[in-house]
Amino acid sequence: MNNAAQLAISVSGLRKSFGDKTVLDGIDLNVPQGTIFSLLGANGAGKTTTVKILSTLIAANGGRAEVAGHDVASDPDSVRAAIGVTGQFSAVDNLLTGEENLRMMADLNHLSKKDRKRRTADLLERFDLTEAARKPASTYSGGMRRRLDLAMTLVGNPRVIFLDEPTTGLDPRSRRGVWQIVRELVADGVTIFLTTQYLEEADELADRIAVLEDGRLVAEGTAEQLKRRIPGGHVLLQFSEPSGFQTAQRVLGQDAHSDGDALALRVPNDGSLHSLKALLDRLDHESIDVDTLSVHTPDLDDVFLALTGDSDNEKVIDR
Amino acid sequence: MNAAATTHPLRDSTTMVRRNLKRMVRYPSMTVQLIAMPILLLLLFVYVFGGTLGAGVGGPSGGRAEYINYMVPAILLITIATTVQGTAVSVAMDMTDGIIARFRTMNIARVSVLTGHVIGSLIQAFLSMAVVIGVALLIGFEPRASFGGWLALVGVLAAVAFALVWLTVAIGQTSQSVEAASSLPMPLMFLPFLGSGFVPTDSMPGGLRWFAEYQPFTPIMESIRALLMDNPVGDDLWIALTWCAGIALLGYVWAKKLYNRKT
Repeated sequence: MNNAAQLAISVSGLRKSFGDKTVLDGIDLNVPQGTIFSLLGANGAGKTTTVKILSTLIAANGGRAEVAGHDVASDPDSVRAAIGVTGQFSAVDNLLTGEENLRMMADLNHLSKKDRKRRTADLLERFDLTEAARKPASTYSGGMRRRLDLAMTLVGNPRVIFLDEPTTGLDPRSRRGVWQIVRELVADGVTIFLTTQYLEEADELADRIAVLEDGRLVAEGTAEQLKRRIPGGHVLLQFSEPSGFQTAQRVLGQDAHSDGDALALRVPNDGSLHSLKALLDRLDHESIDVDTLSVHTPDLDDVFLALTGDSDNEKVIDR
Repeated sequence: MNAAATTHPLRDSTTMVRRNLKRMVRYPSMTVQLIAMPILLLLLFVYVFGGTLGAGVGGPSGGRAEYINYMVPAILLITIATTVQGTAVSVAMDMTDGIIARFRTMNIARVSVLTGHVIGSLIQAFLSMAVVIGVALLIGFEPRASFGGWLALVGVLAAVAFALVWLTVAIGQTSQSVEAASSLPMPLMFLPFLGSGFVPTDSMPGGLRWFAEYQPFTPIMESIRALLMDNPVGDDLWIALTWCAGIALLGYVWAKKLYNRKT
């Protein structure tokens, strides 16, 4: 927290609980202007709650948060004037057409008639919605609706944009379309606060990533820094028989992360010949039948699994 | 940024009213359903029950012709009640959609989202009542109100609609689903029956009669009836307007509180 003027978002000691359930347990974050910050976490980790507090939808129980230089608790209107939010659930009016939705946003941003017309046409064009402009939003596909949602967020030229799981439920092509838009926005100097459960997305877009787990930040840094926290990659063992899978699970239990549905085991391994041989020897010693084996260099998935317990309460790799 | 602190309640409300009117046009089945209900009740009571009930309401001629003049005020209140049922549904639709979260994170006059619903519904209520009165006139309704009486009538109906719309804007926000929202304002539909809407209250048994005489819809209906028939309104008008003011204030405060909650 050095120079507040350069920070688009600055948060310290943020706490929130619903009843006796603590959702955020003291979060500290600083996001410099013109960067993409990604908050990564499983469902229920507190990502949406963080976005709701920072976008003035709900109040925190403790701590301080400033967005675009304004305190979210004491000056919410100034925060609202500076931000745009695209939430997890589409915030478009389904009974209005795409064009009418954008015009409504232009009116709510108090643009003149001339600006409204230009801005609406620009955004429809930019988000590839010109053809569907006169159709009700209820007829749009998921990808189109998300694009309209983003376009509506941009009508007011926000300086800080919150994207809460912007690509959840989108097909791969639409997802890439959203990524492209996000990159263009940052090129224009906008700050993006992105939550996602897709590591690929954070890796692809974010300048800095923070991993949220049970209301606490368990790691923060660039994608590279986070990957460096995992000494090596992993070996993926695929089994054809549940018996082999279970034996391997028992033998390697200490280190392995298992996916029972897929009969797969993910074993941390640096990929060196020496350590691979050691692993194979162990499997061989127990006469475990492995279907396929593949070696993976570290990616953010490893970081994520290493830093967080997953939703099935399975083994957490500690370290 | 320079305009961060200033809001434009009038302009924002106009935008929201326009939005709500467009939604009504786009979702006509609801509007049709909301107008059809009071018209069906009107026809049912006039043609099925009217011949018999008309004898009980007194008046020079009795019968069906007398009865329609007696029960139009109740039908007008039922029209308002069905309209505000639509209000509750559209407020609940907003709340379950993500759009309300968008509005809440924008620097717009906070109340405009609610006033958009309120004014939109008032317009809808008056259009519906115009249709209902039109049908009533076609089947023999003979109002005797003077020009001033009609003006006063519009004022009373506006006050009633305003009060009930604010109440249901609050109710719409409390409901967890659109289905729940559509049934919550149901009691409003029944209050005209449990008052002087369709039969005089003196024909009812003890407890019910007490309720019927003191519940808010009775003085409202008595006032409307007196204005339509050019009879003296007496104290009923002031009692009715006091009820409306109280309900409107309660609904407004409750609706705003629900809208601004931050938990």
